[in-house]
Amino acid sequence: MSESGTAKIRGLFGRRAAAETAPKAGSGRVTPPFWVMVQKEFGDHVSSWRFIILLAIVTVACIGSVYAAITALSEGFSGSFEAAPEFLFLHMFTVSNGTMPNFLTFISFLAPLIGIAIGFDAVNSERTKGTLSRVISQPVYRDDFLNAKFVAGLQLIAVVVFALGFLVMGLGLYMIGYPPTPEEFWRVVATLVVTVIYVGLWLNLSLFFSIRFKQAATSALAGIALWIFFLVFYGLIVNLIGQATAPSNPNDVGAVMAHQNFLMFLSRLSPAYLFQEAASTLMLPNTRTLNPFITVEQGYLAIDAPLSFGQSLLLIWPHIAALIAETIIIFAASFVLFMRQEIRSRQ
Amino acid sequence: MAGQPVIELKALTKKYGDFTAVNQLTLDIFQGEIFGLLGPNGAGKTTTILMMLGLTEPTSGKALVCGIDATRNPIQVKSRVGYLPDDVGFYDDRTALDNLIYTARLNRIPFREARERALSLLERVGLSHAAEKNVGEFSRGMRQRLGLADVLIKRPEVIILDEPTLGIDPEGVRELLALIRELSRNEGITVLLSSHHLHQVQQICDRVGLFVKGRLLACGDMSDLSRQLFGGATHTVELDLGEWNDELEQRIRSLEHVVSVERVEADALEGSSYVTARVICSDDLAPQLARMAMDLGVELHGLRPTKYGLDDIYHRYFEGGEVS
Repeated sequence: MSESGTAKIRGLFGRRAAAETAPKAGSGRVTPPFWVMVQKEFGDHVSSWRFIILLAIVTVACIGSVYAAITALSEGFSGSFEAAPEFLFLHMFTVSNGTMPNFLTFISFLAPLIGIAIGFDAVNSERTKGTLSRVISQPVYRDDFLNAKFVAGLQLIAVVVFALGFLVMGLGLYMIGYPPTPEEFWRVVATLVVTVIYVGLWLNLSLFFSIRFKQAATSALAGIALWIFFLVFYGLIVNLIGQATAPSNPNDVGAVMAHQNFLMFLSRLSPAYLFQEAASTLMLPNTRTLNPFITVEQGYLAIDAPLSFGQSLLLIWPHIAALIAETIIIFAASFVLFMRQEIRSRQ
Repeated sequence: MAGQPVIELKALTKKYGDFTAVNQLTLDIFQGEIFGLLGPNGAGKTTTILMMLGLTEPTSGKALVCGIDATRNPIQVKSRVGYLPDDVGFYDDRTALDNLIYTARLNRIPFREARERALSLLERVGLSHAAEKNVGEFSRGMRQRLGLADVLIKRPEVIILDEPTLGIDPEGVRELLALIRELSRNEGITVLLSSHHLHQVQQICDRVGLFVKGRLLACGDMSDLSRQLFGGATHTVELDLGEWNDELEQRIRSLEHVVSVERVEADALEGSSYVTARVICSDDLAPQLARMAMDLGVELHGLRPTKYGLDDIYHRYFEGGEVS
């Protein structure tokens, strides 16, 4: 009895072992555990109440901002196509009639919230539910668990951001009846990509907090605190530092410039500032430089014309690189923290 | 049961700062046996299990499972070992079937086969009626049985159960233990279960390791265990005798199996009309002692044989918390 049972089990193991080596041979029938986890995470997010609420808030905000933009546009110029300003289509994302913030402001305000909401309980809720130790005791790499959380979150963010962006585009097209030029289209797409990266950064930050803090509430609060800090207080603090360290002699050009560069550097440590600069450069092609110092000659000689898409992109390339770098740093911190943690059942 | 050990622990040690959770643990567990790791809370049972699965790194020593080093190749170990944590968690908003299929797919089992296995396992653990129910609605006992199905879906060679009977009603415990025993006997799966319920351990385990404060005090089957722990002194007979003399003592000492003989101070309140002697022996000597007293013409007022069982082990090592 026992013998035949053992033989049966052995036989099954043989098959399982074959299945394990099969993907290497190229059969591709078995989904790797990493993608199984990504699929599950994605499914969980989409069907959760949290996601529906979030989507509702963001959708309402977008439609509101489109409405405000369109009212502003129709008030601003009524008449022929010749009178229409350049990049009229992009104005839908950047202007407002004053009753509501424009799309770009809304997005830069709400983007961190999306990231925080998706990630704040990613790891600690699994820990308190006891599912973490069950999943980790399966033959999966521990980092795959964390990576799957991140990849699934990022996928979701990309879907949401692009859906909203195209919704606004479509709505605008329908309302103003003025089609975008290819350049305008690519500018919008590039802005959406930058937005995805920016939300991804906040997702990572909230993942980090969800590893660090055992309570989901603490981790959510930490995320929100940081969000408010960067949105409201960071600028104030940079101003304070600026006043305190202002050069004593305002005529010393070198000192003033060094001081300004220092302040600029401080501001650009904030991902919110980086995102705002990057997105507005893409959306407002008239932005020629992000440097506050332009000599009289430079200002005089510069052609008063919008930058081409490629040049705008070049201008914000460092910003994108910095956003990605910050994301990677936070991810590395989460990774180290998570790999070192001991996983017991419910802690 | 002989053969190559499935689980080999070699001088396994785990320290958290100054605290030593597991101290120089050496243990072999063989193919097809049910091994019980018995110990009070905080004895280091769970830490030992985590080290076997490569979920935590030992400070020193080695854990080999199926001949694979668990610290270096945790993935290979985890694909052969099923682990049921003491308070197993499931995705509450998913059905039992979904939960099992998810685990199966993490083990690289294709979806179709995963579904078949999940359904047959649910039937086996008696949950086929609840396959489409959300796990959130499950009772504690149902979750534990689902946990067992979850462990088995990867068709493991070894299953490790951490406190599998915690918080289940007696009937549920009986069913679960019967299921575990059946698995071990019919399919040759090696089972390691940890518990602080000695009676449950006694019921199903082939061998038991007694684990207190990070050290393995004794290891073996039940009679081995009491022999190791009490140095062969498994029985005690207390005699209430009319008188006590050296001849009697000599004769008792000369009996086979006697370990020690001592006089106990009689209870003062009873007026000391007799003497109490305690004979500690490795076999039940009550009839021989009674006959001896008769032969010598000593009045026998009382005879109280006692046997050291697991209860005594329990009291001696767990409840007192002292290692003598």
